Amino acid sequence: MKTAVIVFPGSNCDRDMAVALERATGQKPAMVWHKEAALPAGLDLIAIPGGFSFGDYLRCGAIAARSPIMADVVKFAQGGGHVLGVCNGFQVLIEAGLLPGALMRNAGLKYICKDVVLNVTTRNSPYTSAYAAGAQITIPIAHHDGNYNASADTLKELANEDRIAFTYADNPNGAARDIAGILSPNRRVLGMMPHPERLNDAALGGTDGQALFTGLTAALASA
Amino acid sequence: MIQEPALTDDLIAAHGLKPDEYARILEIIGREPTFTELGIFSAMWNEHCSYKSSKKWLRTLPTEGPQVICGPGENAGIVDIGDGQAVVFKMESHNHPSYIEPYQGAATGVGGILRDVFTMGARPIATMNALSFGAPDHPKTKRLLAGVVEGIGGYGNCFGVPNVGGELRFHSAYNGNCLVNAFAAGLADTDKIFYSAASGVGMPVVYLGAKTGRDGVGGATMASAEFDDTIEDKRPTVQVGDPFTEKRLMEATLELMATGAVISIQDMGAAGLTCSAVEMGDKGDLGVRLDLENVPVREEGMTAYEMMLSESQERMLMVLRPEKEAEAKAVFDKWDLDFAIVGETIAEDRFLIMHHGEVKADLPLKALSGTAPEYDRPWVETPAAAPLGDVAEVDAGAALLTLLASPNYGSRAWVWEQYDTMVMADTVVRPGSDAGVVRVHGTDKALAFTADVTPRYCFANPVEGGKQAVAEAYRNLIATGAKPLATTDNLNFGNPEKPEIMGQLVGCIKGIGAACSALDMPIVSGNVSLYNETDGSGILPTPTIGAVGLLEDVSDRITMRAQAGQTLVLIGGAGTHLGQSALLAEVLGRAEGDAPAVDLETERRNGAFVLAARDAGLVAACHDLGDGGLALGLAEMLIAADAGLALDITGTAALFGEDQGRYLVATQDAALLCARAAEHGITAEVLGVVEGDALSIGGASLPVSAMREAYQTALPRLMA
Repeated sequence: MKTAVIVFPGSNCDRDMAVALERATGQKPAMVWHKEAALPAGLDLIAIPGGFSFGDYLRCGAIAARSPIMADVVKFAQGGGHVLGVCNGFQVLIEAGLLPGALMRNAGLKYICKDVVLNVTTRNSPYTSAYAAGAQITIPIAHHDGNYNASADTLKELANEDRIAFTYADNPNGAARDIAGILSPNRRVLGMMPHPERLNDAALGGTDGQALFTGLTAALASA
Repeated sequence: MIQEPALTDDLIAAHGLKPDEYARILEIIGREPTFTELGIFSAMWNEHCSYKSSKKWLRTLPTEGPQVICGPGENAGIVDIGDGQAVVFKMESHNHPSYIEPYQGAATGVGGILRDVFTMGARPIATMNALSFGAPDHPKTKRLLAGVVEGIGGYGNCFGVPNVGGELRFHSAYNGNCLVNAFAAGLADTDKIFYSAASGVGMPVVYLGAKTGRDGVGGATMASAEFDDTIEDKRPTVQVGDPFTEKRLMEATLELMATGAVISIQDMGAAGLTCSAVEMGDKGDLGVRLDLENVPVREEGMTAYEMMLSESQERMLMVLRPEKEAEAKAVFDKWDLDFAIVGETIAEDRFLIMHHGEVKADLPLKALSGTAPEYDRPWVETPAAAPLGDVAEVDAGAALLTLLASPNYGSRAWVWEQYDTMVMADTVVRPGSDAGVVRVHGTDKALAFTADVTPRYCFANPVEGGKQAVAEAYRNLIATGAKPLATTDNLNFGNPEKPEIMGQLVGCIKGIGAACSALDMPIVSGNVSLYNETDGSGILPTPTIGAVGLLEDVSDRITMRAQAGQTLVLIGGAGTHLGQSALLAEVLGRAEGDAPAVDLETERRNGAFVLAARDAGLVAACHDLGDGGLALGLAEMLIAADAGLALDITGTAALFGEDQGRYLVATQDAALLCARAAEHGITAEVLGVVEGDALSIGGASLPVSAMREAYQTALPRLMA
């Protein structure tokens, strides 16, 4: 399986994401610099990692979404490609228009880094198919701007179309409907604030993130 | 042309130069200095950069060992961890700026220490922070704490390095001077380490990173003065941090180093361009010529004086191989950072500063650092503490809950949840344990990190307090299963011109030196912060010890989380010493008695025993005993285990005494552990089995849930 990690100058979870993808797929992902004009050919998955893509002093992900490589990422997604955005990656996907809504400053106005419990709210996606129905998993969050919101219509649509992938069991940041991650209409683009790549190895204190990567690998291999 | 001010006595004094120091300048250069030259001398000769009060005593510290690749004197210390890799680390204070402007002061403290590490070719893998604030109810405390923590997080989180531990204390002695000590460690290949000594004549001196502004002009001089009520005027001397630029500067620097273009490199920290250029020339026995019109600036009309003294952040100075210039520039273009040739190395001993063809400074370079004043300041030994008076027996259960609920001993989660503790995906023991542990990426090895000092011990007895800071760091490393490797010290004291303050500094250094020798933890880097006084009132002596340990296999790590059914064993003897204890301070409101004595031989033996017991599979969990003695250490372990224990030990001193060299060990085989201890002449006492949901202590039964509630809400309640 051929994967790529997009690297912005302020990405800082790019290596963590690459390690997780390699563990699941057995192959090193291509690390694609944001100034590249085009993606490598034949990709099965693009991951946009966490970090502070351009410092993100104002609107997180806004500058990154206008990087040269993003035109190709949008094209890839619109052509039915799989794109995973974690934390800052989720913010970038929203700013790029691939997912609806906005990620606002946490309700408590503080950066929060800790393990949180998530409900896997749908198994109907390549990212969540390997989790048990109704599973609760522990995954860390690490963000200042993860308070998801969208118009009432959009929130209703996300719920009606079963596109809410994860919700917080105990909402840490004020997100509407406890939303931690959402899917695109074709269910191939996932944006999530929690970091599955950080609990993907027993030495790090848990492996609840692993099923996302192994499930994704299996789903794409059989697709 | 901007008119430079005439050098009056007031102007000289405003530069922190004493009359005899100015006379020395006249003697060295044989004429009156220019305004820019005065600024340069002021920057090089202030306490912060020259260590003029402490140097004599710092020389007595043990700095060598087979594991040490590079001791003090470079940007950071370097210690061998085997397999061709080294850990590069240092701790540095940003006390004065953090008190004036907590967010930016703390943020740039983190930025500075990270630069010290990656300047040497190491990728930062862990940070810690040791923080001291005034009394919890002092009007400034909450604002300072909130701002400092947010600043540390704001910088480190964006840069992308995990924060794995540290310290936080409150004491009224810090009401007018908070302490912010930032530690960073990085990983380098032993054959790819970079130093600051320039070499070769006519080599380009290259400026890299962010542009130069007027921020921080005179910062190092400010940091070498006491505070008074004019403190608000000093805000412009605090720099503003940009972690995004720092992140790019690190990536670009490491990428550039890999091309082989770098001859020498120095980050621009305190006293910016002046200090970095002089350091590179001095270490390489060369002169340096700078043409300031080539320095990238972000403000118009900057003078030579301002450019030489600016402390704008995220900047580097390098000497490059001329044939690699195009390659080097390409790396910096990739990361959208400034790259400018601003001068060259010259053969003669000369620091020549040109601005638009005009000579702004022309000084003998060696004299700037080599002849910096050095003082043998008068000092008096701290008098022996009066013996502790009677301490009535306390209600143990109530006293323990008071400690758990106090800002000084409650959980620090409020702080570390604002820091990214997991980025880089190698943090195997997060903050809240005895030491943070980070796996060496791509290997099975790991490094453990801790920062420790007990200032009230150092105040009562500087020598024992200095020893205790090292001993506690040693125990924290042992308790996570690591072999202690080396230390960095961050010495925070008041005004060294007062003999009793100087006596504290001398005493602490003696204690630290003795302990580092005995425990084989040489000092490889450090920083001294003096003049931590406001209106004549000084802080408690606070020599923070940052220590690093090695785990040959990450699976050898120990945490403090015991499991129900395991037996807790106290290693190292019963508590007896209540002088300067947490119980006295927090529960009885007394600061009396001597610090506990530290028997370094016992420390070493007990530590070695714990590691040997771990190797024998006899240690399931471990926690060192420090502040609050057995009672507090036990409560912390039981909260982590979410289980109780019936404790038979009674008596205030046995429960709350802070005798040193002790550990709590959870084991499956208490009989064997105690037998092994007896063979080695080590005191081991079985406390009981971890079971149930309450701690019974001194006739009281404390539900673990109640202890947890007190412990976890202590800081949130203060900060609400």
